[in-house]
Amino acid sequence: MILARADQVSRRYGDVLALDRVDLTVRAGEMVGLLGPNGAGKSTLMNLIVGLRRPTSGRVELFGGDPRDPAPRRQLGMTPQETGLPGTLRVGEVVDFAAAHYADPVPRDELLDRFGLTDQVRRQTGGLSGGQRRRLAVALAFVGRPRLVLLDEPTSGLDVEARRTLWDAIRAFHAEGGTVLLSSHYLEEVEALASRVVVIGHGRVLADDSVDAVRSVVGVRRVSFVADDLPALPGVVRSELIDGRNHLLTTDADQLVRDLVTAGVGFTDLEVRPTSLEEAFLAITAEEPPSGDTRGARPGDGPVTVGSRPAGDDDEPTTAASGGRPATA
Amino acid sequence: MQLTLVHTRYQLLETVRIPIAVVGSAFFPAAAMLFFVVPFAGKDAVGATYATASMVTFAVMSANIFQYGIGVAEDRAQPWDPYTRTLPAGPGPRLAGRVLAGLVLTYLSLIPVVVIGATLTAAQITPMAFLLAIGTVAVVSVPFTLMGLAIGYSLPSKAAIVVAQIIFFPLAFGGGLLSAPDEAPGFIEVVAPYLPTRGAVELMWATVGDYPARPLPLIMLGVWVVALAMLAVWAYRRDEGRRFS
Repeated sequence: MILARADQVSRRYGDVLALDRVDLTVRAGEMVGLLGPNGAGKSTLMNLIVGLRRPTSGRVELFGGDPRDPAPRRQLGMTPQETGLPGTLRVGEVVDFAAAHYADPVPRDELLDRFGLTDQVRRQTGGLSGGQRRRLAVALAFVGRPRLVLLDEPTSGLDVEARRTLWDAIRAFHAEGGTVLLSSHYLEEVEALASRVVVIGHGRVLADDSVDAVRSVVGVRRVSFVADDLPALPGVVRSELIDGRNHLLTTDADQLVRDLVTAGVGFTDLEVRPTSLEEAFLAITAEEPPSGDTRGARPGDGPVTVGSRPAGDDDEPTTAASGGRPATA
Repeated sequence: MQLTLVHTRYQLLETVRIPIAVVGSAFFPAAAMLFFVVPFAGKDAVGATYATASMVTFAVMSANIFQYGIGVAEDRAQPWDPYTRTLPAGPGPRLAGRVLAGLVLTYLSLIPVVVIGATLTAAQITPMAFLLAIGTVAVVSVPFTLMGLAIGYSLPSKAAIVVAQIIFFPLAFGGGLLSAPDEAPGFIEVVAPYLPTRGAVELMWATVGDYPARPLPLIMLGVWVVALAMLAVWAYRRDEGRRFS
């Protein structure tokens, strides 16, 4: 069952192409992370799905209908930006207001309890802490017992404890069969919550697969060691020196280690680790050509479908990572 | 319909939580009553009644221009506004709720003027005329509601505050709200019939006394309503296009 779908959706703001022929399908029961840097097009895509904006071309469906009609939005939950809560209204009033739009809302006390806001029910939202405001904003997405919830940067700027509370609430919703599409540039958050990740950069879907698969297709490994003198080495995507340790990001850790040995580098304390999603994602977006020079030539190509391509079988991982440009082209 | 009432209630709640906003629109007309009407026209029953009706019109105008002009412009800048559009209701209930709440606040802002008129002046009105006047207030609110909406949807809030202030005083003076019927200075008598305030106040005068409202100001009031409605719709659509298309 498909709850939300974007089909070859483009969105233009004046001269800026915010989304470029994006396909996205969210099925019932999924928890999908939408990952990308600021300006990548995440919020634009979310605004199209909730009906705040219209695509320039392509088609967006929500529960099989047009998200700009109110009816499909009855099963949708969305969160306001926490800065947008009306400051003079009390917490309980804001919840009641949103609840009035739904046929069978979650009782106020139950919702506030789930988000740890029971004691704040009489407080005006303007007097809440940042974490409390954010929890209230996220709670509003769940008030109408939605089947699909869209969370735009749900925990950015929160402390660890507040983030855990929110994560637990989101996980509980998902465990009961709810569907979640959340955007984040907190990569830890996507790794912690989502099983599927859609990487967006420069308005395009760069990768759409499981968190593990995206990480492995990028194939970036972190090779770190202590060494005094380091020659220039082939195949290094990025290198850093942190606290006396060299950290090299590479697409082929085996070859890099061989090269280190061949070059006679006197390294000690060698470590080879898979990269975090953040590093994988930086590698993907860095490979995207800065101008649109190759885009127009490839009208039909889709995102990387990682699952069909065994990780490690890929001798040029950066090719796949750069948006599915065929290695043979 | 029920959602409209929900939106009305929350609009009122938001306003009432900052009571000075309500006091503001009631203050000017009440102060004008105390300083100009009570000492100069207070003893004359007919004059005081007309003067009170003028101040009521004044209050209706300023309440509406300010609450819509500034309120809408401020709301447009808040992320809460787009959030409400993701709820399963169109923009209709929010707009309707805003207008209903605006009408309630307009009536609230009239209370001091009416109380002062009733207690400190010789103004007189029959119960029937009083009920009629309540209806006339709603009619007279229309052009100024539209004017406020046009301002609010076309300007950012800082500009809206200035424009609302610049507009409301000349409209009050030029329409003859601050002078007795047909005793305004000559140039105002020339200009007044073409301003929406004149048609509005003549309707009020005709409701509370036996003032013969003239056709020209009433026709011009109709023209203003149509023109302001077009302007408000244009500004609303432009804003929708900018933020939601």
